[in-house]
Amino acid sequence: MIDLGQHAEFIIWGYLGVAVAVVALVGYVLWDGRRVKAKLAALEAQGIRRRSESVN
Amino acid sequence: MTQENLASAAPKANWFSRLAHPGQFLAWSRYLIVPLAVAVVVLFGLGLWFAIFNSPADYQMGDTVRLMYVHVPNAWLSQLVYGVMAVAALGTLVWRHPLADVSAKAAAPLGATFTALALYTGSLWGRPTWGTFWEWDGRMTSTLVMLLIYLGIIALWRAFDDQLKAGRIVAVVTLVGAINIPVIKFSVDWWQTLHQPSSVLTADGPRMPGSILTPLLLMMLAFTLLFALLQVLAMRTEILRRRATSLERQAALR
Amino acid sequence: MRAFGALVVRDLRLATRIGGEALTLVLFFVMIGVVVPFAIGPDSAQLGKLAPGIVWIAAFLSMLLGLDRLFRADDEDGSLRLFRHASIGMPMLVLAKMLAHWLLTALPLILASPILAVMLSMSMEDWLRAMMSLLLGTPALVGFGTLGAAVTVSLKRGGLIAPVLILPLCVPVLIFGVGAITGLGTAQAMVFLAALSLVTCAFSPLFAALALRLAED
Repeated sequence: MIDLGQHAEFIIWGYLGVAVAVVALVGYVLWDGRRVKAKLAALEAQGIRRRSESVN
Repeated sequence: MTQENLASAAPKANWFSRLAHPGQFLAWSRYLIVPLAVAVVVLFGLGLWFAIFNSPADYQMGDTVRLMYVHVPNAWLSQLVYGVMAVAALGTLVWRHPLADVSAKAAAPLGATFTALALYTGSLWGRPTWGTFWEWDGRMTSTLVMLLIYLGIIALWRAFDDQLKAGRIVAVVTLVGAINIPVIKFSVDWWQTLHQPSSVLTADGPRMPGSILTPLLLMMLAFTLLFALLQVLAMRTEILRRRATSLERQAALR
Repeated sequence: MRAFGALVVRDLRLATRIGGEALTLVLFFVMIGVVVPFAIGPDSAQLGKLAPGIVWIAAFLSMLLGLDRLFRADDEDGSLRLFRHASIGMPMLVLAKMLAHWLLTALPLILASPILAVMLSMSMEDWLRAMMSLLLGTPALVGFGTLGAAVTVSLKRGGLIAPVLILPLCVPVLIFGVGAITGLGTAQAMVFLAALSLVTCAFSPLFAALALRLAED
């Protein structure tokens, strides 16, 4: 293992915390996007769409 | 589903409307996602490798300098994102740019997270360096106040039903906050000089030879592009969300 | 000018009538002076040291307390909409309300400060500096508070969010306010306080009027 000096635990907690937060943030943004797209798909399935997207 | 429809339905137009028209934005922004994502992954990979394995310990601070590589990018982002929100606020109030409030709304939670991370990493950096997890020094205190401003803005977004009205009011708050942040910073620094005549904290930080600069710059770039990627994704989601809401309203009226 | 005065008098009358809160607000900070020693302990030396901070927290909280009524009642009964067409313009209206709010929340505090000073074991010099700092700094508090109230006027439970928005903005006022009392940087702090108050009172009506207009559209 690499030598991180006497304060290794702080460095590890620091990087871990940042990693967790970044992953959570990315996950949230992606999940939110998926949720909204699903809602739009559901609306489209019901036949509700914008005027510019009318089927005919 | 709607992606292809949107691209063909939106009117092809000049560069300005491509920036301003939500449909156009959706059309061209999707080409940013993959390149940004690739860049982010590569930069983080390189940055982490340099930060942890391929850079020396600072002769003053020891290995804890490695925390700087995650602390400084987050601190920088907390300011940058607020700057983005402030410009967006001007866009909403002064130029009525249609995408300005979308941009502001998308940026707020991102900025809050980066600010919180700046405090977290700063606190962990402080413990071995100064002896305590928290020190009411100028930078940490100002960052904490900035986090409160971010959270207040997010709360304000969520308090309004009408998101368009929210966008305008949040813009006013954002601008007032922007004017105030230098005042806050100044007052906190002044407060510091009153209460801490002998500076416990060395404000300078480590010296910056190239071997320390490299991981720092890599991580700064990685984080900044990460913000850009998330901002694009969140803006796209917000545009689609508003469409869904207005469609739901139409449906309810039937 | 007469319209301005009339607006101030109107707000004062509304607050001091039977259903109004003027007395409540005055009692509130006397209460703080009473409650805090119970929380901190009766040690005079310690209380004296903390007294400047407690006085300013009392000022801040009492300003927050009356904030909701600043615009909400008028918004609900439609008076705000009428005022928009008044001859003196929205920013002046906001300034009139700010003055009334200051008279109702800050002035009683300043007048009641001797009682607070005694209960918190402040020395005479400290108390005089406290009075001065309150005089110079409370207008800034009212300015920021008014901004928060204007921004949240159209929200049903906006009264809860307003303090969250206002607190970060008031940090400089608290810092300089307490700094002006504790003796080390008094002169500087007083100048900064005065500057903050002047700038805030000049610009807050403009921003608040803008926010009120945006809230109504």
